[in-house]
Amino acid sequence: MTNTILQYVLYLVILVVLAIPLGNYIGKVMNGERVFLSRILIPCENAMYRLLHVDKEESMGWKKYAACVLLFSGFGFILLFLFHLLQGALPLNPEGLPGTSWHLAFNTTSSFVTNTNWQAYSGESTLSYFTQMMGLTVQNFVSAATGIAVLFVLIRAFTKVQEKGLGNFWVDMTRINLYVMIPICLVITIGLVWQGVPQNFNAYETVTLVEPITLEDGTVITEQIVPMGPAASQIAPKQAGTNGGGFFGVNSAHPLENPTPFSNLLEMISLLLIPVALCFTFGRNIKDKKQGRAIFIAMFFMLVLALGIIAVCEQSATPQLAQNGAVDISMIDQAGGNMEGKETRFGIATSSTWAAFTTAASNGSVNSMHDSYTPLGGMITMLQMQLGEVIFGGVGCGLYGMLAFAILAVFIAGLMVGRTPEYLGKKIEPYEMKMAVMVCLATPVGILIGSGLASLVPEVANSLNNAGAHGFSELLYAYSSAGGNNGSAFAGFNANTVFLNVTIGLVMLFVRFVPMIATLAIAGSLVQKKKVAVSAGTLPTHNALFIGLLIFVVLLVGALSFFPALALGPIAEYFQMLI
Amino acid sequence: MKTIRQVFGKAFAFIIILTILCGGVYTFAATGIMQLIFPYQANGSISEVNGQKYSYLLGQEFTADNHLWGRIMNIDTGTYTDDNGNPVMYASPSNLSPASDEYKSLVAERVAAIRSAHPEKEGVPIPVDLVTCSGSGLDPHISPAAAYYQAERLARNTGKTVAEVQSIIDQYTEGRLFGIFGEPRVNVLKVNLALDGILQ
Repeated sequence: MTNTILQYVLYLVILVVLAIPLGNYIGKVMNGERVFLSRILIPCENAMYRLLHVDKEESMGWKKYAACVLLFSGFGFILLFLFHLLQGALPLNPEGLPGTSWHLAFNTTSSFVTNTNWQAYSGESTLSYFTQMMGLTVQNFVSAATGIAVLFVLIRAFTKVQEKGLGNFWVDMTRINLYVMIPICLVITIGLVWQGVPQNFNAYETVTLVEPITLEDGTVITEQIVPMGPAASQIAPKQAGTNGGGFFGVNSAHPLENPTPFSNLLEMISLLLIPVALCFTFGRNIKDKKQGRAIFIAMFFMLVLALGIIAVCEQSATPQLAQNGAVDISMIDQAGGNMEGKETRFGIATSSTWAAFTTAASNGSVNSMHDSYTPLGGMITMLQMQLGEVIFGGVGCGLYGMLAFAILAVFIAGLMVGRTPEYLGKKIEPYEMKMAVMVCLATPVGILIGSGLASLVPEVANSLNNAGAHGFSELLYAYSSAGGNNGSAFAGFNANTVFLNVTIGLVMLFVRFVPMIATLAIAGSLVQKKKVAVSAGTLPTHNALFIGLLIFVVLLVGALSFFPALALGPIAEYFQMLI
Repeated sequence: MKTIRQVFGKAFAFIIILTILCGGVYTFAATGIMQLIFPYQANGSISEVNGQKYSYLLGQEFTADNHLWGRIMNIDTGTYTDDNGNPVMYASPSNLSPASDEYKSLVAERVAAIRSAHPEKEGVPIPVDLVTCSGSGLDPHISPAAAYYQAERLARNTGKTVAEVQSIIDQYTEGRLFGIFGEPRVNVLKVNLALDGILQ
């Protein structure tokens, strides 16, 4: 018991202790200040600009920046889509896997370009090494970098006064990849391979089964397959860039993707590290650390709350599993609790922490099967995604999503006291409000319309793995995951059908790019404004009152949007469980 | 329109360059370095004992009375084949809700089967790992509680004493990382190879 609590506390402490210096580092990199890697990387950076004929002094307006984001993502989309269809004819395919169907290609491409990494397939049986490394790994890097770049546009909009330029997309992308993503991922890769994650281009191996399996038709199976591939180098950016798409189908529950508690520590901390660090970067770069800390505290509070509920629910398990005491769910010489869908090496504490982290950050990788969580434990993972992925959320996009909620919060506070709202010295006017509402409501709209439509289509019922309320939860989880750009799943749900691939793909694209463009538009408007001097009438946005208001607004929008749907799924299942 | 023309070519060139850098250069460099410093792990951690290849990282299914049993497995024999086209074994998680009536009867069946194989443990609750499917479906471990539970049966069926069986279990038990992170766990395959006298 003491050990379990210690694990929870230490995971959180390690996360924050590492995030503070990283936040400082990212802030310096993005301002072009010198860091310890500058000596090696400045020549690489400049070579990149020369190659692309980039004028690094150019500062783009919001429309040009948005055009860059969309065109760059668009070309990335086309390239990845083609890799999927043509992988049968491309190299590095020792298993001879054929091209995928057009709808799976559309779904997976939308998923990786939007930093969601929802997977309607199993990597080891569907994708070639070429598609994984030249397609998915690349999007793991660049979709993450795009989110961070857009965040910095918003940060600059608060610091600059009556200007137009918001930064240079090519420079931002180059710096994030060269100074942040690639070095972090190399370190993680080394740690993972050391612990046993494969990194090769070999064909799959077979090993001996001690007890051969005899099938009904008399076939005797004497061997087991060991999938291979350049796994570690893809898992690293999958974790660090809040992507979450597993190299293997069962993601970080797979013993080859996450073999030990050490590899797990590495992967689990890195999945939330950059989103947490960016809160501190934000405070540093707007030259008011208190503001960054306030946003951090609001997010951290909700994370701890979610983690606490998941942990208690999973440790208590269900009456159906406990069998009136015939099954031992105590914590003596074992993790105990609801071990269905969880690995022995991770137990309850490490699985619950991962579940809370991965649905808070819009990472979506898993080290246990959320489909097999208790009704309320599973509901919390779903709710974290439905809140719009603003509890740290995806790299960059989580924080700009939260800043939109902050704008909403100052507006509501402004209405109460009858003053023009302002945030970080910039006046919030109707235009910013309209755009902030688009950022905040894209997720609920995407999820509710998507899952609402899907529940009207009869064939979707065939995709469900569980009956009744839990079956509806599987469906709701799928669209929540897409609508939060998260990518985790109640994985019993068979999502590889034309209807689901296309609609889930469209939801992912909608909730990624609508808020992104709206954020850029807010930045474009704020950057031209004067700074308002702080007066007695200014609402402070760094104290407990504001933090409380911010949390309240996030929870309110989430609760109003999703209570009816949750009542039909996990809450109904919870009451059925008790009967 | 003018803006789009300006950035069109750059966006295309940029994704190509990043594909080469983050996909090609990064992956090949990582593979090269890892093959050099951790060749065993980088190639899938496959061990050879008595001329047979084994993976201690992937779980196998054990049902014989003289073997330690692991997590419940959901065997998949339809997805993969070896070089000669014979089916080979893989496994997947159950993804079942642990709160349904179907699940309740499924666990009850497992409980009954384990009870009848362990008459020495009459009235002792069964450790939860023995009646649940893992997250990967390929969990190679079981908790120490679940391994100890089977010690009497293993002693009866292998001709070893209970103490001998327990010491084999202890030998293949790994503790928590730094005594804190993760959970203690017993490698089922290693214990069984030791029980069979293959692993010393």
